[in-house]
Amino acid sequence: MASVATSTAGPGPRERARRWFSGFRERETWTAYAFLLPWVVGFVFLTAGPMVASAYLSFTNYGVEQIAGFSPTETVGTEHYRQLLQDEKIRTSLKNTFVFTVMMVPATMIVALLLAMILVRIGRAAGIFRTIFYIPQITPPVAVGVLILVLFNGQVGIVNRGLELIGIQGPFWTTDPNWIKPSLVIMSVWAVGGTMVIYLAALHGVPRQLYEAAAIDGASAWRRFKDVTLPMISPSLFFTFIILTIAGLGNFTEVYTAYFGAGSTGAEAPDAALMYAVYLFRQQFEFFNMGYGSAMAWLLFAITMVITLVQVTVSRRFVFYQGGQR
Amino acid sequence: MSATESLGPAAGAATAPIPQVLREPPEARSSVGGLKKVFWIALLTGLSVLFLYPFVWLISSSLKPQGDVFDNRLIPKTFSWNFDEVFAAAPIFDWFLNTVWIAGLAAAGVTLASASVAFAFAYFRFPGRTLLFALLLGTMMLPQQVTLIPTYLIWNELGKFTTEHAWLPHIGVNTQYPLWVPNLFGSAFYIFLLRQFFLGIPRELFEAARIDGDSYFSMFRRIALPLAKPALIVTFIFEVQTKWFDLMQPLIYLRDDALFTLPLGIKTILDRFGTGGGGEGEWQIIVAATLILTLPMVVIFAVFQRYFIEGIATQGRKG
Repeated sequence: MASVATSTAGPGPRERARRWFSGFRERETWTAYAFLLPWVVGFVFLTAGPMVASAYLSFTNYGVEQIAGFSPTETVGTEHYRQLLQDEKIRTSLKNTFVFTVMMVPATMIVALLLAMILVRIGRAAGIFRTIFYIPQITPPVAVGVLILVLFNGQVGIVNRGLELIGIQGPFWTTDPNWIKPSLVIMSVWAVGGTMVIYLAALHGVPRQLYEAAAIDGASAWRRFKDVTLPMISPSLFFTFIILTIAGLGNFTEVYTAYFGAGSTGAEAPDAALMYAVYLFRQQFEFFNMGYGSAMAWLLFAITMVITLVQVTVSRRFVFYQGGQR
Repeated sequence: MSATESLGPAAGAATAPIPQVLREPPEARSSVGGLKKVFWIALLTGLSVLFLYPFVWLISSSLKPQGDVFDNRLIPKTFSWNFDEVFAAAPIFDWFLNTVWIAGLAAAGVTLASASVAFAFAYFRFPGRTLLFALLLGTMMLPQQVTLIPTYLIWNELGKFTTEHAWLPHIGVNTQYPLWVPNLFGSAFYIFLLRQFFLGIPRELFEAARIDGDSYFSMFRRIALPLAKPALIVTFIFEVQTKWFDLMQPLIYLRDDALFTLPLGIKTILDRFGTGGGGEGEWQIIVAATLILTLPMVVIFAVFQRYFIEGIATQGRKG
C-alpha cells in the first residue's frame, strides 16, 4: 500500500517531499492516475486552461473582429473592470438578480418545508403527493419560460382569470416591470419539489425520542418545531439555502426563453427581466464582446463566492451537526 | 471554498450512500388522528390541483384550435390536432432524435468517466490525492460562464483546423460535438456522488478480488461498477435531464436548425410564432411543441422516479 502521509508532523520538509515523490515509484499510484486521467485532462483543458485564458481575455479588447482575424488583439488594462462599474445595465441586471434571489430563496424554502412537514405527518399517503409535487421539477426550463408567458398573460392568462374569480384585478404580469419578477418567483416556487424531497429525507431522520421527550416536558408544538425540528434539519436547510442562492444568481433559461432571443430585439426586451446571467450571455455570445464578457463572468464568480462565504460564516452559528461540528 | 467546506467533511464519513427515503418508516411518524389526517389530505389534494394545473392546461390547450388556446376551458370546445401543424412547421422529430442522441452520449460518457475518477479517489491512496480532491470540489463553485468563452474559442479553432484538413471529420462550432465531448472527462458533482457510493462498499470485497488475482481494472469493472448500479443510474438520468433542460450550450454552438436540440428548437418556435403575444400569435403551435418537449421527461420520470427522488435526497445528505 503506497500510503503516503503528507501531513505527518515528524520528519522534516525534505524527508516529507522525498516520501511524497517516492509514492510515484509505486505501481498503485500510476494505476490510480490512470483512473483519474479523464478528469485530469478535462481539468487542464476545460477548466484551468480556460480560466487562465478568460482572466487574460478580460484585460483585452477581444471580440468578433479578433475572432475573425480582422484586427489584432490588444490589451486594454483594467478598462473592462472600470466599465463594469459604469455600465447601467450591469446595475439594473444585478438589482434584478438580487431582488429575484431574495424573494425566491426564502419563498422556496418556506413552501418546501411546509409541504414536507405535512407529508411527514400523513404516513403512507405521502408517496403519491410527493410524486405530484416533484413533477414541476422535471419540466424543462424552456417549457417553464413558455408557461410564464401563457399562464401569466395579463389579459387572457389563467392566473388573472383565477384572481378575477375571487374579485382581484390581476396585474399585467409579463409586461408590467413591477410584476415580471414576482411571476418568475412564483414559477420558481412551483418547482419546489427537489427542495421538498431533501427536507422530507431530513425530517425522516429526526429521532422520534426527541419529540417524545419534548412532549413529556410539555413543549408546545411551536417549541417542538423551533427547538427540535429546526436544529435537527438545519444542515439540510443550510445546504438548500446555498444551492438555491447560487441557482438564483445564475438564473437564465426561463427568463431568456420568455423575454429575450431572436423574437425580441434588444430594445423591446424589458429591462425588468434582465437578469445578470442573461446580460452576461448577451455580451458574450450575442454582441461577442468577449473581453468585457469575460470580466463580467469573473464578477459573477466573485459575487457568488462572497455571498456564499457570508452565508457559510453566518450559518455556522445556526447549523447543528449531530455528533459535533464536523 | 465554501462548497468544499459544506460538502467536504461528509466525504470522510462513508455512510449509506443512497438513503431509502422512499420506504416509509414502519409506523407512520408522529401519526396524526383520523380527522386531522383527512384535513391534511384534503389540503394536499387542493395543492396538487394547483401544482398539476399547468400541465393540464398545456395538454388541453395543445388540443385546441388557434382562437381557443386561451379560453381556459378544461375540455376543448372543439378538438384540433395541432401536432400535424407543428411537425410541418419545424423538424421537431429530428430535434427530438438529436436531443436523445446528445443526451445519451453525454450521459453515458459522464457516467463512465466519473465512475472511473470516483473509483480512483475512493479506493487508492496516492500522492496528490488530497490536493486533487480539493481542486475537484473547488471547480463546483466556478460558474460555467467563466470558462465558456475560451472553450468556445477552442472549438472554433478545432473547427477551422478540421475544415482545412478535409480528410478529418468536421468537429467544431456548429456541430454537436461540443455538447457531449466535454462529458467524456467526467463532472465534479457526479464524481463526488459516486465516490461516496464507492466508499460505502466494504473494502474486503476488493481485497478478496485482489487475492483472486483480479487486476485493478477488472476489480473496477466486476465489483465496483455492478455494486454502484443505483448511483450510476442516478448519474445517467440526472445528466439526461441536464441535457434535456440545457438551452445555453445549444444556443452557443448550433447554427443549422437540422442540428438543433429540442429546447433550442422550441425556443425558436416561440420566437417565430409568438410575436404579438396574447391571442395574436399562433400559440396552438407553441403550446403543442412545448408539450412535445415536456412529455419525454415525464415518461423518464415515471419510469425512474425512485432514482430521481433518491438522487435528490442524497444531495441533501451532504449538507
